Amino acid sequence: MTPPSASNVAAPRKQETLDQVTIRFAGDSGDGMQVTGGHFTNTSAVLGNDLSTFPDFPAEIRAPAGSLPGVSGFQIQFSSKDIHTPGDRPDVLVAFNPAALKVNLSDMPDNSVIIVNSDSFGEVDLKKAGCKTNPLEDGTLDKFQAYKIPITELTMKALESIKFKEKDRPNKERNKNFFALGILYWIYSRPLDTTMKTIERNFAKKSNADRPIVLAAQTALKAGHAYAEATELFRSQYTVAPAKYEPGTYRNIAGNQAIALGLVAASKLSGLQLFYGSYPITPASSILEELSQRKAFGVKTFQAEDEIAAVTAAIGASFAGALAVTGTSGPGVALKSEAINLAVMTELPLVIVDIQRGGPSTGLPTKTEQADLLQAMYGRNSESPVAILAPSSPAECFTMAIEACRIAIKYMTPVFLLSDGYLANGAEPWKIPEPSSLPKIEVKFRTEKEGFAPYLRNEVTLSREWAIPGTPGLEHRIGGIEKSHIQGNVNYDAENHDFMCRIRAAKIQRIAQDIPELKVHGPQDATTLVIGWGSTYGAIRAAVEDCQARGLKVARAHVRHLNPFPANLGKVLSRYKKVLVPEMNLGQFLFLLRAKFLVDAKGVNKVQGKPFMISELIEVIEKEAR
Amino acid sequence: MVAPSQPQTSPQPPRKYTKIDFQTDQEVRWCPGCGDYAILNVAQQVFAQLGFPKEKMVMVSGIGCSSRFPYYVNTYGFHTIHGRAPAVATGVKLANPELQVWVATGDGDALSIGGNHFMHALRRNIDIKILLFNNRIYGLTKGQYSPTSVLGTINDKTAPFGTVDQPLNPISLSLASEATFVARSVDVYAKRLMDILKKAAEHKGSAFIEIYQNCNIYNDKAFDDFTDRPFRDDRNVMLEHGKPLIFAQGKKGIRLNGLKPEVVTLGENGITEKDLIVHDEHNPSLAYLLSRLNHPNFPEPIGVFRNDRMPSLDERLENQIADVKKAKGEGDLRKLLFAGDMWEVK
Repeated sequence: MTPPSASNVAAPRKQETLDQVTIRFAGDSGDGMQVTGGHFTNTSAVLGNDLSTFPDFPAEIRAPAGSLPGVSGFQIQFSSKDIHTPGDRPDVLVAFNPAALKVNLSDMPDNSVIIVNSDSFGEVDLKKAGCKTNPLEDGTLDKFQAYKIPITELTMKALESIKFKEKDRPNKERNKNFFALGILYWIYSRPLDTTMKTIERNFAKKSNADRPIVLAAQTALKAGHAYAEATELFRSQYTVAPAKYEPGTYRNIAGNQAIALGLVAASKLSGLQLFYGSYPITPASSILEELSQRKAFGVKTFQAEDEIAAVTAAIGASFAGALAVTGTSGPGVALKSEAINLAVMTELPLVIVDIQRGGPSTGLPTKTEQADLLQAMYGRNSESPVAILAPSSPAECFTMAIEACRIAIKYMTPVFLLSDGYLANGAEPWKIPEPSSLPKIEVKFRTEKEGFAPYLRNEVTLSREWAIPGTPGLEHRIGGIEKSHIQGNVNYDAENHDFMCRIRAAKIQRIAQDIPELKVHGPQDATTLVIGWGSTYGAIRAAVEDCQARGLKVARAHVRHLNPFPANLGKVLSRYKKVLVPEMNLGQFLFLLRAKFLVDAKGVNKVQGKPFMISELIEVIEKEAR
Repeated sequence: MVAPSQPQTSPQPPRKYTKIDFQTDQEVRWCPGCGDYAILNVAQQVFAQLGFPKEKMVMVSGIGCSSRFPYYVNTYGFHTIHGRAPAVATGVKLANPELQVWVATGDGDALSIGGNHFMHALRRNIDIKILLFNNRIYGLTKGQYSPTSVLGTINDKTAPFGTVDQPLNPISLSLASEATFVARSVDVYAKRLMDILKKAAEHKGSAFIEIYQNCNIYNDKAFDDFTDRPFRDDRNVMLEHGKPLIFAQGKKGIRLNGLKPEVVTLGENGITEKDLIVHDEHNPSLAYLLSRLNHPNFPEPIGVFRNDRMPSLDERLENQIADVKKAKGEGDLRKLLFAGDMWEVK
C-alpha cells in the first residue's frame, strides 16, 4: 500500500508523461460531482486533450444523503491520442463518501489511485452506506494506491477568512469539490485559469452579495492545488499532451446541446422559424431548456401540457409553415404515436427527437439504452413508414439534427432522431463549423393556384407540396382520414388505400438515394464485420481498431440512417462471413438486418443502463473473429 | 418558389364574400335532420360577413361528427385526431399569429379524451375560437353516453340501466379554466348563434362557445324541453351585457338572495327590475354563478357569460421575441456556435 499521509513520503517528485487517463468523480448527488467533472472537462478541452465524458447520476434529485442510491458519478477520459469513449475502468477514483467508494470500487483495477475525503468516513456516514467496518481501515484499500485526505477540514481551513452572512459552515463545506479539483489539477498539470474564469462568469450576473461564493470556490481550488504541491503526498506529477487535431476552433459539447444548436442552425439554413413543442422528460429536457434561451433567433418553444399536446402543437405549426420539432424520451414517444401517424397521413414535416433511456415503462430514467429503435420503426398502428436517423457521438448530434430537418422538409415526413442518455449528457471536443460551410436547406412553399392539388407528388422524391395557410387560392383540407391520390379528398376506396399505403412507403425508401453510402473501415481481407448504430460508435471503433492492430481480420461500419438503410448496406453485409451487431438492447437492429437481408448476423447485447466497455467488445470480437 | 417568410401584416379593407365562398365541393355527410347543418349554415354566413381573408382562416377539428366541419368550409382546414384539436390549433396560431383559427369539436372530443388540451388552451388564452357542438351523446361511434349526458340517461348502448356518472358543465369548466370569452347558444337559435360567433371572432384570445346541438339519431330532443318554440321564452334567459336577467316576456327575472340566485315574478311583492341581477360580461364570478343555472330549476342562460380582453398567448410570445431581439439583436448563428470555452488548433 502506498503511503496514506504526507508525513512518510520522502521520494522526490517525478515528472511523467501519460497517453491517457480516466478519472471518475463520485459523491452524493448534492456534492457537485457533475459540476466538478464539467470543470475538469473544460480545462482539459482547452488544454487540447481529446476527451470523452460519461455523467452517471441517479433519478432522484437528492436521494437520502450518503446513501448508495444517492451516488452521482462523472467519468472523463482525456488523452493525447484520438479516443472515442470515456474509458472502461478508471485510473483514478475520487470518492467523497463511503457510499461513493462502495458503489464504484468494483470498477477499479488493482493498483489504481483512489482519493477519498477521509472526513466523511465517520460512524454515521459508514452506517448510511451500509458499511459494517471502515473501508479506510479494514484493508479494503490495500490493493490500491489510496490517498486519505481530510478534504472537508482542509477546505474549511482554507476558507477561514471568508465570511458568509448565512449558513457559514455549509456554504464553505460545499467547496470541498473545488479543493479536490485543485489536487487533480496539480497531479495532471492542468492550469487553473479556465475554471477560475468560469466560476467568475457563472456568478457574474449575480449581485455583490454573492462575492463570497465566487471567492470561496476560487480559494478552495487554489488551496487544493497548493496542498498537492506542498505536501509531497503525491510522488509523481503527470502530463498528458494535447491530442493531434485538425486545425480549427474547438469547443466541448454534449449531445443535447449539439441537437439544440443543430436545430437553430437548421432554422437559419432553411429560413423557417423553429417551433419546438416539448414536455419535460429526462433525459431530453435540456434541449427545451437550451432552445427556450434562443428567442433572439425567433425560436418558439412551447412547453406543452403533455406529450401529446407537444407533438400535436408541433404538427399544427408544421401545417402553418414552421420547422416543427418535438423532443422527448421513449415513454413520451409512446404517447405521441397516434399524432406521429397524423403527420404520416397528412405528410407534414416533423422531427421527433427521442433521447432514449432505460425502459420499459418509467424504467431507468437517467440511464442510457438503445431500445426504442423498433418503437420508432413500428410502434404505430397500421403501415406507418417514417425516416429514422441516429447520431453516433455527442458532436455528431449537431449535423444529424440538421440532416433530420433536411429530410423532413424535403420528403414532407416525420423523421426520428434517435439519441440516448449517453450521447445526451456525454461530451467531447467539437470542431465548430463555419455557418457558411453548412448546407442550405431548400424550402419551397407552393404559391401557384394553377394545377394545385394537395397530394400531387414530386416525381423524384414522391413528396407532396407544402401549401401553407395564408396563401391565397390554395385553401384545402387535410386530415387523418385516408386521402385520395392527388386530390387529397376523404377516400375509402380499397384500391386507393392500397396505392396510398405503398406510395407512402415508397416515399421513405426514396430517401436512400439521397444519403451517403455506408463506409467500411478495415482490411480488404476482413472476414468479420462489426456493425452498430448510435452511441455504441466509440466503443466499437476502439475495440475493432485494437483487434485490427493485432492482426485480426475484422472490419467495422456504423449506420446513421436506420430507415431507409444506406443503399449499399445489403452488399456490405454479404461480403463477410461473420457479422456482429453490438447494441444496448436485446437485438433490435439485429432483427431489422436479419429480416431485411436474410443475413445470419449475431447480436452482442447489453441492457445495463450503461455503455459498452471496449474490453467487453474486444473479448467478443477475439472469440468470434478467430 | 418564394422566400419562406410568414405573410406580412397590412391593414386591408374587409373582403366582400357571400356564404357560397365558404362552401366546398364536398358532399356534407351528416345525418338528415342533424343540428350540425344549422350550425354550419350560420358559421358560413358569419365567415362571409366577417370579410376576413379566407386564405388566412383555418378550421381545425378533432374526431366525431362535429369534427367533419372543416371539410365543408372553404378555408384551410385540418381534421386532426381525437381530442387534440385545441393543441394543433395552438401550434397553428403560434406559428402564424395572423391566421384566424377556429376549432370545431364535440362533447366527447373536447371534454372527455381532449379534456386536458381544452383546459390548457383556455388558460393560456391562445387566440383560437372553440365551437363545442354539445349533443350530450357519442354520435359517430353510434350512441354511447358522453361526459355531458344527463345523469341517469338510459341508452341501449353503454348505459342500459342509466348513466351513473355525473356530467360536467362545459361553461363552468371553461370559466374555471380562465377562458376570457365564454358563450352558449343553440343550433336552432340562428340569430343568437350568429351574433355570438361574430363576437367570438372579434374577441382577441380564447373564445369558447357551447352550442346545444340536437342529435336526432341517438339523443333526439335532448334540448327540446327548453328550446321548443312554445317554451323558449319561459325556459331561457338571454344574457345581455348591462341588462337585468329577465325572461318570460318580461314577466320574470332572477335576483340574488344572499349568494343564492332565485326566480322572481316582476310586480309580485313589490319586485321591480332594480332587484334583479344585472349581467356584467366582465365579472367572471358572476359568469360562474350564471353557469350554474340550468333548466328545469332555472331558465337556461343563452348568450355571452364572459368577455374580457386579456393578453393572448400568441401576443405574449411575439412580444417576448420582439423584446429579446431588441435587447440582444437578431440571433447570430456564428456567435451562437463560437461560444463558451474555445481553443484553437493550428
